[in-house]
Order: sequence, then structure tokens, then C-alpha cells
Amino acid sequence: MQHTLIALVENKPGVLNRVASLFRRRNFNIESLNVGHTDRKDISRMTIVINSDEVDARKVEANLYKLVNVIDVQDVSTQPAVIRDLALIKVKAALDQRAEIANLASIFRGRIVDVAADSVIVEITGTEDKIESLIELLRPFGILEMVRTGQVAMLRGGYEPVRHTPGAGSNGHHPEEVLEFD
Amino acid sequence: MELSGAEILWECLMREGVEVVFGIPGGANMPIYDAMLKYPVHHVLVRHEQGAAHMADGYARASGKVGVALATSGPGATNLVTGIATAMMDSSPVVFITGQVHAHLIGGDAFQETDVTGITLPITKHNYLVTRAEEIAQVVREAFYIARTGRPGPVLIDICKNAQIQKTEFVYPEKIELPGYKPPRTAPPSELKKAAQMIKESRRPVILAGHGLLISRAYREMQELSHRAHIPVAMTLLGIGSMPASDPHNLGMMGMHGEAYCNLAIQNADLLIALGMRFDDRVTGNLKTYAPHAKKIHVEIDPSEVHKNVVVDLPLFGDLKAVLTDLLPYVEEARHDEWFDQIEEWRAESDSRDIIYWPDDGKLYTAHVIRSIWEATQGKATLATGVGQHQMWAAQYYPFEEPYRFITSGGAGTMGFGVPAALGVWFTDKSRDVWVIDGDGSFQMTQAELSTIVQEGASVKIAIMNNHFLGMVRQWQEFFFESRYAATPLHGPDFVKIAEAHGIPAQRITKPEEVKDALQFANQTPGPVLLDFWVEKEEAVYPMVPAGADLHDMIRRPVREKSPA
Ligand SMILES: Cc1ncc(C[n+]2csc(CCOP(=O)(O)OP(=O)(O)O)c2C)c(N)n1
Repeated sequence: MQHTLIALVENKPGVLNRVASLFRRRNFNIESLNVGHTDRKDISRMTIVINSDEVDARKVEANLYKLVNVIDVQDVSTQPAVIRDLALIKVKAALDQRAEIANLASIFRGRIVDVAADSVIVEITGTEDKIESLIELLRPFGILEMVRTGQVAMLRGGYEPVRHTPGAGSNGHHPEEVLEFD
Repeated sequence: MELSGAEILWECLMREGVEVVFGIPGGANMPIYDAMLKYPVHHVLVRHEQGAAHMADGYARASGKVGVALATSGPGATNLVTGIATAMMDSSPVVFITGQVHAHLIGGDAFQETDVTGITLPITKHNYLVTRAEEIAQVVREAFYIARTGRPGPVLIDICKNAQIQKTEFVYPEKIELPGYKPPRTAPPSELKKAAQMIKESRRPVILAGHGLLISRAYREMQELSHRAHIPVAMTLLGIGSMPASDPHNLGMMGMHGEAYCNLAIQNADLLIALGMRFDDRVTGNLKTYAPHAKKIHVEIDPSEVHKNVVVDLPLFGDLKAVLTDLLPYVEEARHDEWFDQIEEWRAESDSRDIIYWPDDGKLYTAHVIRSIWEATQGKATLATGVGQHQMWAAQYYPFEEPYRFITSGGAGTMGFGVPAALGVWFTDKSRDVWVIDGDGSFQMTQAELSTIVQEGASVKIAIMNNHFLGMVRQWQEFFFESRYAATPLHGPDFVKIAEAHGIPAQRITKPEEVKDALQFANQTPGPVLLDFWVEKEEAVYPMVPAGADLHDMIRRPVREKSPA
């Protein structure tokens, strides 16, 4: 099944590398990974989608916590969440095809953001399914270039985030209470 | 007060209580070495950075304090890599401090520039690249905290040369802010009660005692649990010492070269209580048939270790000392006499095969030599080992009554660990009786540190179990490759001459009757001594669970007549 994890990480150089290196080293297969800013300058947010069973999803979570720069990991897979992907699709478009493409795009609440002599760029935001459907409809025109951001996710208001790993949230050390050896 | 970055580094190390550091200077860390002269710290000049890493590691394992190793950029830093990985695999708290080229040169392939934080990313608990002097105090404080807390491990600090030289105001950070670093503390009472109930219901329980018990100093609590609820204790290689060998609850070592009766106890248990161990493949064998009748409780501070290899019934997350202290009040007294009787039967059968009871047949066996060392040191020495057969025989035939006395590379299995680790141990307490049990192969990997031992005037006794083979690999070839000895015969140098060239008194022992005198010679000679034991070449370590086989499917030593004595 698909698992969607949200990780809050310290916004420091090399953190993305640490996360990517972890996935490689532990042999985790990542469907998509998106990194962006949050409302706080010192914290970035990653949305990680993995195709795995429950056990492996827990492993990914627990291993993310092993990284000192990872602050929080939520699993929104089984929660009501808003999940979005954005795609830019450059499609071959002769003059007489533009209207049809614009029409298709608008059915999916996409829009044309660039027009050239023989191509247009369609921008679409939505769930993965919706974007896939539009892509399939545009394919016959000839897709010249495409980019997708990967999914971003946010839990709907009024729901408590699910955190599986102990130590997450409040049950953890605080730097003042150093556990000494003796 | 304005200080240079290098001075700030030492100010911070002093505040962490660092008394000894191991390393080699070079272009990119010269300011650190220059500033060192102003501080009351003892520097041990090693002959190869791998030695520095193992020394700091040995120091950390034997004392629980953070070890410190220094190296310059480029090749200096990459020479540390084996030692860093060794510390990582065995959760040893070591801070590595490497010099790096000027910050403005980074990325340009400057002389001796290597991406050290990149290389060590997967083999450190955390690492830092420091480009400005202002960062040093905070980073050093964090590095020591991360290295020694939670599940300990190595932390590397790569400091650019300009940051070492720059002057800045020194402010010691009072607080550490690590919002993402929260090792779990202890388990909730509801879970502890469940554990106590499982213990109460069990008829054939076994405690699996791991390195975590030593790291967390929780072995007394474990012993209390074992005594109160009458539970036998099986130890991992690194858990050795957590239960006194003479304790009737002790089953010795588990796993690939574990005692047969110990492995049989695990396979027949109805409850395993895993304490600070990680179900490594060397202790479980085939996971599909591992302890099939047992419920499993796993006490672990690192959540990523739980359900990793073995899916358990009840995980208890937290620091072992805290969890066991909180658990004990719920644990009731119990007796499992039938279970112990059964194990006793297995033990008697094991003894009938044990090489240690073989009568003297004129041959020199490593197992016998190690037992003689045990006698000569009243069982009180601290042993550091290399990796191979001698390491397993040391684990089997030197019974330890105390923790922190068996210093060995477990997870990484790093040959060459013994000599430098022993020197590190010696620095924790110079009155300690420190021995190296080494193989002729392992010894040669870090033999250069003999001169470090001499330069430091360290009293380290080195016993080489010289079988003229890469013995453990030879054993695998004998068992699994029809005795085709590809690249395992080892024509070593004359170790006695090598020792003497260093000014180290040395003897060669080729017969059983010479052993006693040689050990007396070692004990009576102050300072380092080297003993070159020419042991049987083609002996094998038994029992052996072939890699991936069922834990109860052991290759056993054929039964031989028991000595009357
Ligand atoms: C650095 C390193 N290289 C290779 C190995 C593989 N290896 C494991 S045991 C062994 C033989 C060890 O020989 P020796 O030190 O003489 O000990 P013995 O087994 O003969 O007691 C080797 C080569 C290793 N563990 N570490």
C-alpha cells in the first residue's frame, strides 16, 4: 500500500542529502519525495511517499528519527488529508488543436500557462489520479516535456496526527536531563 | 574573551573532561595541534589513524567516557574510516575531529581535500562540517552530547582550517537545542505490567543480554531480574560480562559460536527477554526457525531496531536502566527448576565435547592457552582481541566476572582492533591488567602501533595465537569449500624479533609445558610483553552454526575422552 509520511526537518545544509542517503543505505524504495519551506525559516517540510507494507513503513519512520535533524514524522496514510501534486506538461499543439487542449485542461481545472507556435504548457494541480487522467488524455497530442513536483500532503483540520515512533512528541529526552553513564 | 577557533575547541574539550586524545597532525589540523600545547591534555601520537580510532574506541568501551581521535584532512581522515565504522556498529561513543581545507577552497579539489562528512555520513551517528570559528563551541557541545546519550555512537566534526585560525568571542553554550533528538526514556506502566505478566506466565524464559546492558550500566538490574524470576541468561558477544560467568544463571555466549546448551535453551524457550541486543544474524541464524515457541519482549532505546530482524510481541522503548528499574517492582519471584534441569542436561552433553577437558596430548591448543592466561591473570584482566578464531576462543574460554573487560569488535568484525584498542583501555586506568589476545593475521594489520605502545610506556601484554593461517577463513574453507585453502596460509615474520626491534621483551612458545613460564615472564616483566604462541594450525572453533542455518543446527566437536582431572 502507499504510505504518505510528512517529515519536519531542520533547515540546514546537507539535510536532504542525509535523508536521501538513508533511503539508499537502508534500501527503501521511494515513490516520491518533495521538500519545501514551512512558515518557519528554520524548518523545512518533506512529503515522502513509499510503496510498502506496514512493517517497512514503520522502519522508514523509525530510521528517519535516527537522523538528528529530523524533528517530527507523521503518517497521514490512514488519515483524512489533502494530498496534491503539480504538473507542467508541454504538449505539441498546432493552431487548430489549442482550443481542444485548453478545453481538456479546464475540465480538470488545469490551465494553459504558455503558448508557442507549435506547443502549449498545461499546468495542473490535484491528486495523483486526476493528473494521470489528464496526462493520458494529452498523450495523443504528443507530450514534449513534463515535470511533476511529487506529492505534498497536509492533514485536514480537526484531526490528530499519527506518530508511530516512540520518542516522538513528548516521550523523549530534553537536553537538560542528560542521561549520564554513571 | 577572543580566542582562536582551535583554542575554543580545546576549551570545549576541557569542559567535556577530555584527558587524552589520539591522533596524527597534518597540514589541515596544525592550528589545533599548536593550540593543544596550552592545555592539560595528553596526546598519543599513533602510527596510523586507524589506530587512533580504535584507541579512542577502546577507551570509550572500557570507561563509558567519550573517546577522542584527531586526524588531518584527506588521507588522515580516510584512514579513520574503518575505525569509525567499527565504533558505529558497536554503538561506541567516540568524537572524531578532522581538519579540513579552507572553507573557500571546499569543492575545488584542493590539496588533501576529501568530502569527509560525505564519506562518513552512513557510518556516524551524526557529523558536522564547521566553516566558521563561531560555530565550534556549539558543535562540540552537541557532538559530545549526541555521542554519549541515547544509543551512543561516533560523531565526526570536520573543521575548516580558517575556522581553526579565526578569532572570535568564546561563549560556552549553556544549553543544547536539538529539537530532533529525543531518544525514548522509559516505557509506560501499562506496558511494564504486560511484560511482568508475560514473565510470570512463562515456563521456559531466557534473557538475551546485549551490549546495551553495559552501555546503559543496567547489568545489575538485569541480574536482579534473572535471580528474582529464576531466568537463565544468554549473552551476545558484546554482552559478555553483564552476568558473572560463575553465576549459575549464566549460559554463556549465544549464536554462531555460542555454547550448544545456550542455543538450545533459546530454541526451546517460551519467552525471550531481549535486553539491549539487536538480533544480529550472527546470533539468530535462520530467522524463520528462530526461537519458534517463544514470545518475545524487546527492550531497546533505538526504535529502528525493534521488529527489524525479529518481529516481537512486546517492545519496551527506552533506556535499559530506566526500563528495568521501572519493571522490577512488577516482577514476582519464581522458580523454573525443571527448565534449569533440562538446560543442565544439555550442558553436560556439551561438556563431553569440550576441548577444554581434553588431556594434554603434547599439542598447543588456543583454547588451553587462553584458559592458562585466565588462570595467570586470576580472571581479572581486560582483554582486547582481533577478529577470528582466537576472538571466539577468548569469548568461550576466558570467563569474565565483571563487565567492561572484554573489548572486541563485534558488529564490524574488524581485524587489527586488538592492539590499538588495548592501548586505549590502558589509558582509562594505568593499573589495569590489559592483555591482547590476537591472531597472527589480525596483529599484522595494526602492528605499527607497537611503537606507540613503547613510546607511551604502556603496560600491555600481547599474546599472539599464531596458527600461521587466517584461521577463521581457513575454518570456513575446511567446512564449506572442501578444504581448498585459497589465500589463507600466512607466513608471518618472526614476531619475537619484531617485538625486540621495538624494545619489547618477547618469547616464543611452541609446547604446552612452556606456557606457564611464559605467562609468569609476562606478568613479572614490567611494561609491554609479546608472547608468540605457535598453536595448532588447523583447529576449528566449535560449535558452529553455519551462516544462515537454524540456530539448533550446529556443527559439533566430536566427543573425545574426558580428562580425569
Ligand atoms: C579487516 C578485515 N579483513 C578481513 C576480514 C575477514 N576475516 C575474518 S576472520 C579472518 C582471519 C583472521 O585471522 P587471524 O587474525 O590470524 O585469526 P585466527 O582466525 O587465525 O585466530 C579474516 C581474514 C576481517 N574480519 N577484517
